[in-house]
Amino acid sequence: MSNILVLLETRDGSLRPASLEALGAARKTVDELGGGTVTALSYEAFDADAALLGAAGADNVLIAGAAQHSAEGAAATCTRVAKELGSVAVLLAASVRGKDLTARIAAGLETGCVPDCTAITVADGRMVFTRPIYAGKGMLNARVSGAVAVASLRGNFFAAASRDAAAEIGETSAEASKSVVREVAAKSGGRPDVAEANIVVAGGRGMGDADNWAMLEAIADQLPGAAIGASRAVVDSGIRSHSEQVGQTGKTVAPELYIAAGISGAIQHLAGMNNSKCIVAINKDADAPIFTAATYGIVGDINEVLPVLAEELSKLQN
Amino acid sequence: MKIITCVKRVPATTTRVVIDASTKSLDPTGVEFLLNPYDEFAVEQALQVAAAHEGSTVTAISLGNAAAQKELRTVLAMGADDAVLLTNDLALDADVTTTARILAEAIRGREFDLLFFGKQAVDNDAHGVGPAVATMLGVPCLTEVVKFELDGDKVICEREVEGGREILESPLPCAITCQKGLNEPRYANLKGIMKAKKKPLEITEVDLGAPALEVIDLLPPADRPAGRIIGEGAAAVAELVDALRNEAKVL
Repeated sequence: MSNILVLLETRDGSLRPASLEALGAARKTVDELGGGTVTALSYEAFDADAALLGAAGADNVLIAGAAQHSAEGAAATCTRVAKELGSVAVLLAASVRGKDLTARIAAGLETGCVPDCTAITVADGRMVFTRPIYAGKGMLNARVSGAVAVASLRGNFFAAASRDAAAEIGETSAEASKSVVREVAAKSGGRPDVAEANIVVAGGRGMGDADNWAMLEAIADQLPGAAIGASRAVVDSGIRSHSEQVGQTGKTVAPELYIAAGISGAIQHLAGMNNSKCIVAINKDADAPIFTAATYGIVGDINEVLPVLAEELSKLQN
Repeated sequence: MKIITCVKRVPATTTRVVIDASTKSLDPTGVEFLLNPYDEFAVEQALQVAAAHEGSTVTAISLGNAAAQKELRTVLAMGADDAVLLTNDLALDADVTTTARILAEAIRGREFDLLFFGKQAVDNDAHGVGPAVATMLGVPCLTEVVKFELDGDKVICEREVEGGREILESPLPCAITCQKGLNEPRYANLKGIMKAKKKPLEITEVDLGAPALEVIDLLPPADRPAGRIIGEGAAAVAELVDALRNEAKVL
């Protein structure tokens, strides 16, 4: 009987959706290892929904009840609980917080870690983790040498389970921390983060002036849950914020739909978005490399194409 | 202040990755290597803090192959006082836990107030060496920092998380991993480059020990299925929307 521990991520007392994906991955992996239990751990206090967590894959939930997030405290608590349970793996979302925690937990458990995984398989009774390196230009398959593996999971690559089972809710103690999160401010603007959105509407140098971005905003307004993305050239010129940058020195995204307008498709940009399910490229240069990655392409001037696209999408919404 | 910054030699982000199946790694033939872009933010922040506190020193430490002296000379030319290269032929492919263990061993026994890292190395993309070193040394670590402020004996930083911003606080000593947006890294000027040649660069051979990760293989990513050009200009939009809706089923 194997145990897999999933460290949950909450914000303002609510569970982040990526944690449900981690529970699903844990459930599937435990089953493939021949059966066992999935334990969910929350460092912070939160009102756990036993039915939701059970359905997603957890058998039981431990809540350490800390008043605020702290990477140090969460990692130390997770390390202790993984030792207590003799877990074979610790899984968590590869969010900003998750990436911060993964290597700390591995250091605490004196084992290896596999950050930002896109697949977990079981071969000969051992877990094999797949992760992109060189910004997705290579896919690494690796096993962890130690008795316990620590892995963070990239969003949109794993699915929550859909079981008819409720998780048992329990408590554990929270480890102390020298550093604290003093304040969490929600981003204004109302759009989701580009790394988490199901739809990304992105622009590049070909968008021209900052004013032209209203055309992309208008398209995003017609697509519920869409985020705005930007190429490095646009961010470096100060037109858009770094939080929107997609690519090797920005965020890696894998939405259902990625619309690239006026983006030529430099290798660093392609690395950040070529796992998107459907890619639409709109560019006036028919030879732009972005078309090699695109599912659908339109060769044309963004000033002509984008307003018409916004209008056609608004017809769908109505 | 005693400041240490950890840096890595990495392939340029423009590299077209060719995989060498025998080493299960990047074929370095013809590849340009340079200082990890995120480490430039770390070095810059270290130098700014040192400049604001008289008597400070900045030491750069790198785990790398012998060629990584070049990246350490760059850091010295930017303004660091001295550098340590922990060298092993296979160092650049070492996993996160192994890299962190060796860096932590080198830092242990040195005095430090602040450790600066890049938030990730753009080869292994692990985001983990900074927090792992900090955990091994028993000091706090604030990651992906875009604002840094030193207020007496505590550090106040800001980072962007999904859909928001966090303000983080830690006592000294602590580790910081640096995100783009924190500062504008300086270029090494000619004077800096000349001075760097005379600065101490200590080279120590290290044993990587048992790896924490067993690499099975490294493969190129799967090719995307071929797409199609729908047409030209605004006239093609209606067909695009139809394809997104009825063919790709993403609307």
